[in-house]
Amino acid sequence: MDVAAIRRDFPIFDKGDCIYFDNAATAQRPKQVLEAIEGFYRSTNANPLRGLYAWGVGATEAYEAARARAAKALNAADTAELVFVRNTTEAINLVAYSYGLETVKEGDEIALSVLEHHSDLLPWQMVAKAKGAKLRFIEPEKDGHITEEAVAAAVNEKTRILALTQVSNVLGTASPLKKAAELIHAVGGVLLADGAQGLPHMRTDVQALDVDFYAFSGHKLPGPMGIGGLYGKRKLLEKMQPFLRGGEMIEYVDRESATYAELPHKFEAGTVNAADAVGLAAAFDYIDDIGYEAMEAQETELVRIILEGLKDIPHVQVYGPADAAEHHGIVCFNVEGCHPHDISSVLDEEGIAIRAGHHCAQPLMEFMQERLSMEFRATARASVAFYNTKEEAERFVDAVSKLRRWLGFGD
Amino acid sequence: MEIKELYREIVNEHNLYPSHKKETEAPDLVLKGVNPSCGDDIVLMLKLDAEGRIADGSYTGSGCAISQASADMMLDLILGKTKEEALKLADDFMDMVRSTADPEQIEALEEAAALESVSHMPARVKCATLGWRTLREMFEQKEG
Ligand SMILES: Cc1ncc(COP(=O)(O)O)c(C=O)c1O
Repeated sequence: MDVAAIRRDFPIFDKGDCIYFDNAATAQRPKQVLEAIEGFYRSTNANPLRGLYAWGVGATEAYEAARARAAKALNAADTAELVFVRNTTEAINLVAYSYGLETVKEGDEIALSVLEHHSDLLPWQMVAKAKGAKLRFIEPEKDGHITEEAVAAAVNEKTRILALTQVSNVLGTASPLKKAAELIHAVGGVLLADGAQGLPHMRTDVQALDVDFYAFSGHKLPGPMGIGGLYGKRKLLEKMQPFLRGGEMIEYVDRESATYAELPHKFEAGTVNAADAVGLAAAFDYIDDIGYEAMEAQETELVRIILEGLKDIPHVQVYGPADAAEHHGIVCFNVEGCHPHDISSVLDEEGIAIRAGHHCAQPLMEFMQERLSMEFRATARASVAFYNTKEEAERFVDAVSKLRRWLGFGD
Repeated sequence: MEIKELYREIVNEHNLYPSHKKETEAPDLVLKGVNPSCGDDIVLMLKLDAEGRIADGSYTGSGCAISQASADMMLDLILGKTKEEALKLADDFMDMVRSTADPEQIEALEEAAALESVSHMPARVKCATLGWRTLREMFEQKEG
């Protein structure tokens, strides 16, 4: 893969002053995506699904073509199974409100892992509280892996919903979704997969995995902010009530009542984000042009350089699996005596952008503090993408080797 | 001041070798302050004398170097001061990290004035002010 050529697609790198290693928070976007968004506003803009004139029809067509592109990326059986939302958080809330509150009854259980991002935890806390249901947690291994046995142990006849992240945004590990789907289907429940960190790194086939719901965000892909998707099996989506109500999502309205539009428009109330949907489609095209295999190979190579480098630095603790290929671009670490926020501030001055804190995964931080004797309830996190270079990874390792000195330790 | 220089000149010393990070026996005022987004926390403990001066005080806690060092420097400043004097210093400090302090205010902050550069690090302002915010809240609660 020609990384130098790929980087030329990303206008932001022309600024040249930053090693951007916070890709798990949000990716950068190639000009193909930026041009697609601008192109929509320049030449296709009208209110999609409303105007009956030519421009309106054109906008609708562009929006629906973007949906078809996203549905194809996930290998959904039916384009109508792909609902556009703002992001992963909204997708999961949609399922929690429109499916969870309707389906979960008192005494039922919702199973989820300790790895979950707050976006895949708080909606289920809400459902459990409202319905008098119980949350049952799946404990990961120390390196972040969720075993099939751990999933099996958390699923029983009372489990209505199993919510699992595809890839952990902290430890980088992937969950056994296919097996999880089998286990939950055997007891008549459904599986929701949080694909926010998975889809940017691995080809995902919702039919092969047999997930019931799949949530993702465009901005982690390298697509636009403000657009994401919820895939749901048609038979489930059809039975669900709308999440938001208003314009565009109706069939017929009188003074007292309304009937709702067909899928997927039932779930897309109000004027839609067509320009960013078009940008998202361009992001899927871009990924296909490069190929997931090439992206994964580059990301794994960068992680390997980082893992190898950090291993030799005294006082540095790296979390997650030993194998670089199992990190999906994410490396969480700590340096003894140094708070992650200080690490991030000092690296920032070196022109290196990393994330520091609890990564919206406080229960996991608590788990890591107890099980891995973490000094603070927080970590530093470097997350790479296919457009990062080996030289950047090496410069990062070198900077980490100096952190203790910069933070006042005499070694 | 550059960030690494700030750490080297002042933060590291107060973070790694604090003067006031310990328990105070039988404190008159105790309050825990937290930065929910970072997980920084400190417990501030003060003892007041008959005239209402801060006769003794200390803090305990865990968090980033800036929050801990700033709390240590705050105690350097407020020991021996009245409540009004201490709260005036808190105002000076808050103004400083918001870039609205005049030179006189900054001078009053003595060594803690080195944290002025935090005003260019918006993400760290909350860390630097944790001790001072806890101090303010502590006196407010005492009034209430
Ligand atoms: C695993 C995981 N789930 C959910 C989210 C939430 O994504 P968003 O903020 O785009 O809704 C994120 C990212 O922040 C994430 O990493």
